[in-house]
Amino acid sequence: MATIQKAQEAVAIPAEVAREPKPRKLTWTPYAFMLPSAILVILFFFIPALILFYISMTNQSSANFSNPDFIGLQNFKTILNDRFVGKIFQNTVFYVVMTLTFFNVGLALIISLVTTHIERRAGIFFRTIWMLPRLTPSVVYIMMWKRIAAGPPFGILNQFLAPFGFEGVNWLSAQGNPWLFVILSNGFIGASFGMIIFTSAIESIPKELMRAALVDGASILQRIRYVILPELRWPLLFVVTYQSLSLLTSFELIWLLTDGGPGLYRTEVWALTAYKRALANYFGNAQWGYASAWAVFLVIIGVILAVVYMRYFRFNELVEEPKIEVL
Amino acid sequence: MEVVLRNLTKKFGQVVAVDHINLEIRSGEFVAFLGPSGCGKTTTLLMVAGIYKPTEGEILFDGRLMNKVPPQQRNVGMVFQSYALYPHMTAFQNMAFPLKLAGMSQMMQAERVKRVADMMGIGHLLDRKPGELSGGQQQRVALGRALVKEPDLLLFDEPLSNLDARLRLVMRGEIKRLQHELGITSIYVTHDQVEAMTMADRIAVINEGKLQAFDTPDDLYDRPKTLFIAGFVGNPPMNFFTVSIRRENGDYFAESEGGLRVKVPSERAEKALAGGLEQVIMGIRPEDIQMDESGTSENKGPVFSVEPLGRDDLIDVHIGPDSVFLLVDPLKRVRLDDIVHLEFDTAKVQFFDPETGKSLLWT
Ligand SMILES: Nc1ncnc2c1ncn2[C@@H]1O[C@H](COP(=O)(O)OP(=O)(O)OP(=O)(O)O)[C@@H](O)[C@H]1O
Ligand SMILES: [Mg+2]
Repeated sequence: MATIQKAQEAVAIPAEVAREPKPRKLTWTPYAFMLPSAILVILFFFIPALILFYISMTNQSSANFSNPDFIGLQNFKTILNDRFVGKIFQNTVFYVVMTLTFFNVGLALIISLVTTHIERRAGIFFRTIWMLPRLTPSVVYIMMWKRIAAGPPFGILNQFLAPFGFEGVNWLSAQGNPWLFVILSNGFIGASFGMIIFTSAIESIPKELMRAALVDGASILQRIRYVILPELRWPLLFVVTYQSLSLLTSFELIWLLTDGGPGLYRTEVWALTAYKRALANYFGNAQWGYASAWAVFLVIIGVILAVVYMRYFRFNELVEEPKIEVL
Repeated sequence: MEVVLRNLTKKFGQVVAVDHINLEIRSGEFVAFLGPSGCGKTTTLLMVAGIYKPTEGEILFDGRLMNKVPPQQRNVGMVFQSYALYPHMTAFQNMAFPLKLAGMSQMMQAERVKRVADMMGIGHLLDRKPGELSGGQQQRVALGRALVKEPDLLLFDEPLSNLDARLRLVMRGEIKRLQHELGITSIYVTHDQVEAMTMADRIAVINEGKLQAFDTPDDLYDRPKTLFIAGFVGNPPMNFFTVSIRRENGDYFAESEGGLRVKVPSERAEKALAGGLEQVIMGIRPEDIQMDESGTSENKGPVFSVEPLGRDDLIDVHIGPDSVFLLVDPLKRVRLDDIVHLEFDTAKVQFFDPETGKSLLWT
């Protein structure tokens, strides 16, 4: 019965259609799957970026909001001639590199390694604690750092150091070490991202692999060096890429903690400058055009970095061939 | 190296994975741990390797207490079920890894790895990463890695269970030959009794964390000391019947309530009767039962099921409430509900105490 039905179906389909029905139907499927993310990228990256590029070539400000003049590359010239642009650029690089190296990657790696090698529940407990800074509202979090760094007689750090004969200083002042606190406050939050990624990667290393290393005679450091770190290669590259790009554009903690100070631009970073020019100008005059030009630099640097990372780290190797060959 | 396990016990919380195991493994011996899934074989092996700490009991290597010695210092080689090769290292680097950790010079490493690789027939694969090797090749690399450091003890945790039947046969032979030539004391964990029977000098049968028997394959098969062993070893498994033993005209007969009646050798029957038990459990292997084509045997019944196994058919004949499994030639074309007569060769018949499950013949 079934065979008869099949035979009838086969006859019913015209030869032409029967020959190549699949490719035609499937050609659009991959694009359909990509559509949602494509819409998001276009809506929230490409269009804003284009608008940004346009505004950066105008003198739009709160004074001439509705009819700004097109002034070409004037804003960019102004930036490059700015007395502090070099300083701010250096600051940004310093901030990104230090926070990334010592906290977002370094500390994250150490926390993951330690908490996966102690008793399981203790490990989970410590990792939960490390998540807390991220869960705390930024303003509250920075207030706590300000209390820690405050000058005598209040500063918590000073009180701890007092017994050792330390005189005490306002750590966020020029006499203190504002950069240390900028990096610490950002790093303590940043570390938890890498921590989660690294921990799950470490825990997904097959148990038998670790046992094999034990039997082969590897000490704990050798196991980290020869088994765990090679297995963490991709998570490491991912965290470096993702976190360096997000550090580049982050400024809110610095803004709250030092506002780029003390003094002139001691801890000012690029994104903070852009923000201030656009929305927090001293004279209540928001220079959107000029601020956009600052932001354009960030977009360009970000895109270049992303491309370099993609190339250099060969991220396409991460993308596996589809397991099911349909598309 | 001689290995002794004394009251070895491992508990995971409430679960007793290994329960007071006592075992003495002679130097150069090939011992199999055989038991059903979850019986504690791997746990025992990992304690011997030093990866798990025993909850109780002792592990001795050549008389030296090893409980506190870390795995790095035990000089054991281990082959895992999943091979556990380092994915980012080539086959060469995998095999050289233990030597590198031991601080051996590069030249010595290369020389040793080459020698072992040639012995294993993987000399041409040394540049490949595990992902570029077939399962069987990976298995050889894993075995090579365990061998290069010339261990005092080799541990195998079901190393062949991921291979196809043919390759398993080949590897079985190779591992056995290597072990024999190198004379390294070995413990081989498996739940495949054919593997255990064909490879091991002695087999430790483990069930629910307890050692059930530790004997040569022949002893386990022909002289099982417990009902569990008798039923566990051998495929298809032994037939069991509850019988009483009668003496008639100087001969002994075992009779079941269902009507089965077979003559049994007097030597064995006397031992079975010595305990004064009213009823005993009699065990006969399927291969000791034949179909009686002359139709004279008094033991007969309908065929309840026929399972073609290829070379033989496994048939189940019901004699009263008793089920009798035996192997017959497929050419005989036995069909369901045929009435067949059976002939029992009772030379190897076994008797067990129904209460304790202990053999009445062997202690
Ligand atoms: N880390 C652990 N935590 C808790 N229970 C465990 C742990 N490892 C093993 N067990 C339990 O101990 C018992 C023995 O486990 P084991 O792995 O030794 O079995 P096995 O004989 O190797 O079985 P298989 O043939 O399936 O590999 C099982 O009941 C298992 O659930
Ligand atoms: Mg196991």
